[in-house]
Amino acid sequence: MQYKSQAVAKPYFVAAIGLFVGQILFGLIMGLQYVVGDFLFPAIPFNVARMVHTNLLIVWLLFGFMGAAYYMVPEESETELYSPKLALILFWVFLVAGALTVLGYLMVPYAKLAEMTGNDLLPTMGREFLEQPLITKVGIVVVALAFLFNISMTVLKGRKTSITMVLLLGLWGLAVFFLFSFYNPSNLVLDKFYWWWVVHLWVEGVWELILGALLAFVLIKVTGVDREVIEKWLYVIIAMTLITGVIGTGHHYFWIGAPAYWQWWGSIFSALEPIPFFMMTVFAFNMVNRRRRDHPNKVATLWALGTGVMAFLGAGVWGFLHTLAPINYYTHGSQITAAHGHMAFYGAYVMVVLTIISYAMPLLRGRQANSNKSQVTEMWGFWLMTVSMVFITLFLTAAGILQVWLQRVSATPMPFMQAQDQVAIFYWARELSGVIFLIGLVIYLVSFFVKGEEKATA
Amino acid sequence: MSESFTKSMARNIFWGAAVFSFLLFLALTFDTTAALPKRDNRQNLTPEVVRGKHIWETNNCIGCHTLLGEGAYFAPELGNVYKRRGPDFIKGWMKAMPTGAPGRRQMPQFNLNEQQLTDLVAFLKYASEINTENWPPNIEG
Repeated sequence: MQYKSQAVAKPYFVAAIGLFVGQILFGLIMGLQYVVGDFLFPAIPFNVARMVHTNLLIVWLLFGFMGAAYYMVPEESETELYSPKLALILFWVFLVAGALTVLGYLMVPYAKLAEMTGNDLLPTMGREFLEQPLITKVGIVVVALAFLFNISMTVLKGRKTSITMVLLLGLWGLAVFFLFSFYNPSNLVLDKFYWWWVVHLWVEGVWELILGALLAFVLIKVTGVDREVIEKWLYVIIAMTLITGVIGTGHHYFWIGAPAYWQWWGSIFSALEPIPFFMMTVFAFNMVNRRRRDHPNKVATLWALGTGVMAFLGAGVWGFLHTLAPINYYTHGSQITAAHGHMAFYGAYVMVVLTIISYAMPLLRGRQANSNKSQVTEMWGFWLMTVSMVFITLFLTAAGILQVWLQRVSATPMPFMQAQDQVAIFYWARELSGVIFLIGLVIYLVSFFVKGEEKATA
Repeated sequence: MSESFTKSMARNIFWGAAVFSFLLFLALTFDTTAALPKRDNRQNLTPEVVRGKHIWETNNCIGCHTLLGEGAYFAPELGNVYKRRGPDFIKGWMKAMPTGAPGRRQMPQFNLNEQQLTDLVAFLKYASEINTENWPPNIEG
């Protein structure tokens, strides 16, 4: 650790991992409810578990992004953070607000929660991923702006690198596009159209800039490859991201009431979306092959390479699988979508946050890398989580193909629940894979406490 | 990448790409906005429908169901449920929940009154009349 103020990243990373555990536990509850329908009903109905599962994911990734920014920006800017104190205050505000929101989901009926939190003043709740009460949404904006102020001031007073530029652009974009979550017209088509300006322009737009910046930073550190080369790659990758991803939003506009021409725009541009992800994979492997040093933190390098591969498979390949309009006509809103969602989020965003944590955490704890024993344990976590996520995706894909066939393609279409019963075996297999994912996560957690002989301190 | 291709060239390509993409996206959005009145069934946005959408949202229906294919995949598509089941069935169904059938997926009881059920049905009827380019492929959603 080169700057004292980088230490504020640590609580952010710890909170991120803690919430990650919560996310997985609720995922397992939902997975079981798919086959044992009345499991935990009425204490935790499926919709509540799902809200907790997806909202925890978003919040812990945001913790990860913020922690990453607090770690990276002082080092890149070669100056202390503008205000470490503000960063710590924001940490507690965000954590408490997040915890209260999740408790609200779990303890109060959703309609009651909406009433209590002023949803009637400005209705924004009850839309997928944007279920947060109005006060939470306002809180997110306040925390995001204060965070951006802190980071931007740090960049302004220090060295400006391409990596911090791209990171800042991504983070500002994240905050700006979130503002569309406050726009909820009664016209369902307009509602849906602009809802995607948050959801799609986040995950297939500005978040990818953040992803690129994090990956580039870690690759510079672990490979020692010239910054000029890495930043050149970064720019080309994110250029391709925006060229394909922005108009690629159109793949969500096929069947929600928008004009039919989106079927062309959306299909063509989003069919190109795998390209930036493929470049990211080539980039990661290329840089590691051309490395000028052998960094003792092997497992961080593994996470970086894994991010490239899994983001390409999950976001790129599984996205392409159902993005062309004639195919999407049948697969839209089926388990195929769920399969893609799982591997894309894991491969791109979960893995990149775990990459930066894997790289930075040992340094934050006063050593360049963890002991060999600890790293091997973390690698077990990596492989168990990654392989089980591949299986979750494969089983959901199988369930999805069958579902689509029985319910939509067949000459005698089956009702929804009847089709669900037919594919139950794949839901059981998915749940089993989920249990293995949890085991991988536990082993990952254990790796933080494995001692063994330490390498030289930084 | 080749040495003659410099970082500043890459940066210029990025900025060009970003600006071009967003401008094109805004232009398409502008055109879509002009085309929507003929497609989005806005003439039927009655006070009932508006209230119905609010009920849809504040009971987190999207947490289990899809609406025009978006939402959760745990329970049936409801964009066309008005056409599939009709108003009386929907009301009766909501009142009868949860079934309590052992091992089956359960839908909570939302305790909506008659007016709220009528509003919700009005919203689902309005949703079913949006021009979705003939999606879903059949009545089962």
